Amino acid sequence: MTHSTGIEPTLPDSRTSAPRSKTLQERIDEFPWWVGGIFIIAIGAFHLVTTQTSFGEALNFIRIGIGITITTTLYAYSIALVIGLVAGLGRISRNVVVRNLATLYVELIRGIPILVLIFYIALVAVPDSLGIFKTAGAWLTSVGLGFIGQPLAAIDNDSISLNVRAIIALSVTYGAFLAEIFRAGIQSIGKGQMEAARSLGMSYGQAMRYVILPQAIRNVLPALGNDFVAMVKDSSLVSVLAVRDITQVARLYAGRTFRFREAYTILAILYLGMTLILSILVRVLERRLHGDSRK
Amino acid sequence: MATAGNKTIIEIRNLHKYFGDVQALRGVDLNVERGKVVVIVGPSGSGKSTLLRCINHLEVETAGEVWVDGKRLSEKNKDINSIRAEIGMVFQLFNLFPHLTVLDNIVLAQRVVRGRKKDEAVRIAHEQLERVGISEKAENFPNQLSGGQQQRVAIARALAMNPKIMLFDEPTSALDPEMIKEVLDVMLALAKEGMTMVCVTHEMGFARAAADELIFMDDGLIIEAGPPAEIFKNPKHERTKLFLSQILSH
Repeated sequence: MTHSTGIEPTLPDSRTSAPRSKTLQERIDEFPWWVGGIFIIAIGAFHLVTTQTSFGEALNFIRIGIGITITTTLYAYSIALVIGLVAGLGRISRNVVVRNLATLYVELIRGIPILVLIFYIALVAVPDSLGIFKTAGAWLTSVGLGFIGQPLAAIDNDSISLNVRAIIALSVTYGAFLAEIFRAGIQSIGKGQMEAARSLGMSYGQAMRYVILPQAIRNVLPALGNDFVAMVKDSSLVSVLAVRDITQVARLYAGRTFRFREAYTILAILYLGMTLILSILVRVLERRLHGDSRK
Repeated sequence: MATAGNKTIIEIRNLHKYFGDVQALRGVDLNVERGKVVVIVGPSGSGKSTLLRCINHLEVETAGEVWVDGKRLSEKNKDINSIRAEIGMVFQLFNLFPHLTVLDNIVLAQRVVRGRKKDEAVRIAHEQLERVGISEKAENFPNQLSGGQQQRVAIARALAMNPKIMLFDEPTSALDPEMIKEVLDVMLALAKEGMTMVCVTHEMGFARAAADELIFMDDGLIIEAGPPAEIFKNPKHERTKLFLSQILSH
């Protein structure tokens, strides 16, 4: 207000009085104290690493694994997105065979611990499918298709590294989780959208691609983000395959130096740092989407 | 089965539809000639929306036949998308695509179904928006529009495909009273231009002004059909009388 008439000051201004009405108790209740806790942990960690050489050494050693942790997660997550989208669409397919295959995949994966899946996929499923490739390759060569058959048969157990197997295992596992997210997202879009698209002459695939999925994916972006954060943490399980991610490197360091406290403190803080940064990004994304939809 | 001459564009023979154990349609026959406006009325649950949705195969008939422009609709018909492209449909809840602007709502199907170039599709979209009187809203998103405006966009979206038939499924039932007229005006203009229309609506004023034929349905059957003036003045069946007295009394 640029000029007052003398009456106005006696009237409570709703815009300024609203925040004032918040009591001290409410402020104490609502303040995000946990952020302060995180802040203290961050300062403590910084202090440890800079003042105590043993922690500094541990950090220097363990951070070598950050690259593997990040690339493993990124590759696995990207592949899992594709698997998840295909399986999610399969879950709601009207084709009985497709729908049941997709459901079988999702239920199988979700019923087995991730650690067991990683062992199984990397050390049983991958070698077994290589055996199938070999047989198929030999057969293709024998019927005169050597240009496909020979390279297929030439893939042997050693040519697929444990890093690649770890990525396959994580992708197949998370594909099932993401499938359920995509399915829920697609089902959250009202039936009328599909009907409107089909009534305009679009095929099922066109309606999915141009009308349903853009809305569905937007709805599930926060859930996809949460699963990405979860995968960063679960990528630690690939250390059981001797993949040199930060967990494996920390174990090696602890085993070699017997500095368990240093190794695992640094390890925990590295994960915490990565997941916190990602969580904040997810929240920013969520808020931006929320703002957009109200625009 | 041959269609009865070229004048007929929609031909429905002995149509039955079950939803589980519930029988929504129990033997409906209907002929709609080109350029005619047919208004279907009846109490809720009478099967009028189901009948309408069978015409573009959003509902699949349990028994009977639906022919549109000389083509039989059936589950095995691979041509269903191209048949649907000739049948515009307007829904009670508009069903605009909320992630697209008004313009893109109208452009999308023109491009992916009709295969039109972008420039052409945009030009047609603007023409249709002008026709329904909201050309200034082209760049807005659907949720920034009033219900009446959204419904007019939905009509423009259907018209941009140059359909031979327009189906209206209670297009004004979800609108605030002050917005009903703007949608009915668009529909009236369309009827005057000679569009073939099948409308499920409770707007008796519209039926009186635009319909060539009024159809009264109850319990999955067509009870009475004829020129609206005649049915309003002189309904032959008790159920029609009762329905009309209820709907016209207020």
